[in-house]
Amino acid sequence: MTKTILTVDDSRSIRDMIAFALEPQGYRVVKAEDGKDGLAKARAERPDMIVTDLNMPVMNGIEMIRELRADASFNGLPIVMLTTEAQKEKMLEGKQAGATGWIVKPFDEAKITGVVAKLLG
Amino acid sequence: MSNPSDTFAQEAEELLQSLEQSLLELEGAPGNATLVDAVFRALHTLKGSGDMFGFSALARFTHHFETAFDQVREGRARVSHELIAVALASRDHLAALLALGAEAVADAGIAAEGHALLARLNAVVEEQPAGAANVEARATRTWHIRFRPATNALRNGFRPDLLLAELAELGRLDWSCSDELVPAIEDLDASDCWLVWEMTLETSGSREAIDDVFLFLQDGEIDITAADEAPAEAETGDEPVTADKVEPQLETSAGPAAPKSDSVRVQSHRLDELMDQLGELVIAQARLRRISDELGDTTLGETAEEIERLVTGLRDATLSIRMLPISLVFGKFRRVVRDLSEELGKPAQLVTEGDETEVDKNVIDSLTEPLVHLIRNAIDHGIETPETRAAAGKPAAARVTLRARQAGGEVLISVTDNGGGLDADAIRRRAIERKLIAATDDLSEEALYQLIFEPGFSTAKALSSVSGRGVGMDAVRRVIEDLRGTVEVRSRTGIGTEVTLRLPLTLAIIDGLLVRVGEGSFVLPLASVEECVELPEDEEARQSGRSILRIRDQLVPFVALDTQFGFPPSDRKRRRVAIVSVEGRRVGLVVDDVLGQHQTVVKPLSAYHRGIEGLAGGTILGDGSVALILEVATLVRRAQSAPRIAA
Repeated sequence: MTKTILTVDDSRSIRDMIAFALEPQGYRVVKAEDGKDGLAKARAERPDMIVTDLNMPVMNGIEMIRELRADASFNGLPIVMLTTEAQKEKMLEGKQAGATGWIVKPFDEAKITGVVAKLLG
Repeated sequence: MSNPSDTFAQEAEELLQSLEQSLLELEGAPGNATLVDAVFRALHTLKGSGDMFGFSALARFTHHFETAFDQVREGRARVSHELIAVALASRDHLAALLALGAEAVADAGIAAEGHALLARLNAVVEEQPAGAANVEARATRTWHIRFRPATNALRNGFRPDLLLAELAELGRLDWSCSDELVPAIEDLDASDCWLVWEMTLETSGSREAIDDVFLFLQDGEIDITAADEAPAEAETGDEPVTADKVEPQLETSAGPAAPKSDSVRVQSHRLDELMDQLGELVIAQARLRRISDELGDTTLGETAEEIERLVTGLRDATLSIRMLPISLVFGKFRRVVRDLSEELGKPAQLVTEGDETEVDKNVIDSLTEPLVHLIRNAIDHGIETPETRAAAGKPAAARVTLRARQAGGEVLISVTDNGGGLDADAIRRRAIERKLIAATDDLSEEALYQLIFEPGFSTAKALSSVSGRGVGMDAVRRVIEDLRGTVEVRSRTGIGTEVTLRLPLTLAIIDGLLVRVGEGSFVLPLASVEECVELPEDEEARQSGRSILRIRDQLVPFVALDTQFGFPPSDRKRRRVAIVSVEGRRVGLVVDDVLGQHQTVVKPLSAYHRGIEGLAGGTILGDGSVALILEVATLVRRAQSAPRIAA
């Protein structure tokens, strides 16, 4: 069954890049532009995994992760955060909010498909 | 995100740099599997993103490079001198391909070079007999792993089945799971995780490979211990690793050769813009200060003072953003030293100290060339041939040391070699021949050494292709002085030579001493001013040339700036002398008045005025008038060449 991955990022080029990397691998990629949009798409699309940026307008990634984890129906959903800064505090904060893993920007195709495979099997 | 292919170009450059670094380190530690992995990973990333951004020639070449290097990683080929040489050349080829840009088609010449390199690369890795590997033997080792995930791990997307499968890919895995910690059913939240896994893994993979599996699970408890006594990794590998010890590795997961940075990328022109704006702010603030002083309004005065404090804070914060570690420059020189020592047949090793010393970005940018020149000189002229060294009882491999440290508002960067030292007699002969000094001049060795910085001076008997390309030490001095720094040289025969560059920490805003000479205001960089004294009346009479002042039993030569500048002689009484320190010597500059300290925003002079000796730039004062910034080193040198008058 085709797995769906939701990418949440305010930068179109990042969203496109993730789709570019994952679609040829047979994943369906759904895009959202900020945390709020991400939350809505997550509820509507029930993705198998979420890849989200942290710094976004309207609702940032960490708040979105917190909201998702507060909803038991998203238990066990792998959520990967994209961090530019490779900042430990940001990563720990995200991890505490309930992120499963992270990808440090800049990333390449291999890195993202690697992480997706690691968390989705 | 800016243009993706620009981003790629930038990333690729960094990758190429870390590739070079890893290759050079690998040569010194051929058995280091972590370095081999670093090389491999850099190539891998380069290939992946290269393809993605249309650098297909680069990606193709990288692919073959990577394939060849895989032989090394797999232990089928040995890290040899020849391998590193070809790999470095291949790295350079990649840099050339990168420079061509995206979608570019390499011309026949470059393509042929690529083919030749790949052929050499393959030849090197294939001629190694299988099994001759001296890359850290990939013997199978047994690891005990105890893993207790964080309680919320399952909720947060952790899949034990995937983890076990990933570990099983590394080798033979036995595991058991303990439920001792699971609370009584009435207290249990089914989505919590209380299980503890005990695992035994037999693998030929590295410790890093195992750590990688647990990459996202550092918030749990992880204990990885090697079951056997393996000497190869005894130092680090056998140590039990607890969760908080593993933590720092989070950052290195981007690749061991990648610099650890919790930083944001900013284009450098934005920093320059910020600095410009700040400069204007400092000037406006000075004006505000002046107006508030004139009006004498207390409320306005308080506000003006507060703004001044804030501006100073902002200035310091902005300047610190511009500071970069000198390791960015030092890193480039390993290759220079390696190539040169190869070319000249003089084994030499580069040692760096104080890599973390921070210097203004613009200073860093300008430093590469002078340092390359100094290093070239050190190896070409400073270091003796292996035979001479052997005869002198010195170790065959010479050492070039690059050292950086911060002292006050300055950065000191020195290039030291343990070669033969400067030949004072040869310098003297040459200087006389070049009419830099008179045959009768009696100069100390120190003074003789300084002559090597004079234009046109070169004692090298044969101009080798290495140094002596028309740029001499005078070019080094010029660049350093443009940065408002100074150059000093010290040398001892048979022991070595040390060239020290003293540079200001920053270029854009300096603390200055505002002085008046005649009708004009001038700024002396405060860093070079030691003290100010009053000019004794008996010296007032002297109107020209150089004279000597006695300050606390020390004789200090002094010059009057009005005479230097060709101003009408000052009729002012009680003039002041600013004592400046240049290249370790104290010199007095006579001015009409010292107006006080001034936060000086350095503005470049117009192209027309730029060539004027002794001026470093201009600045705008609080009242809107312009003051020129004096270049102390040049002024003093000029003054010293002025005719002496008998005391």
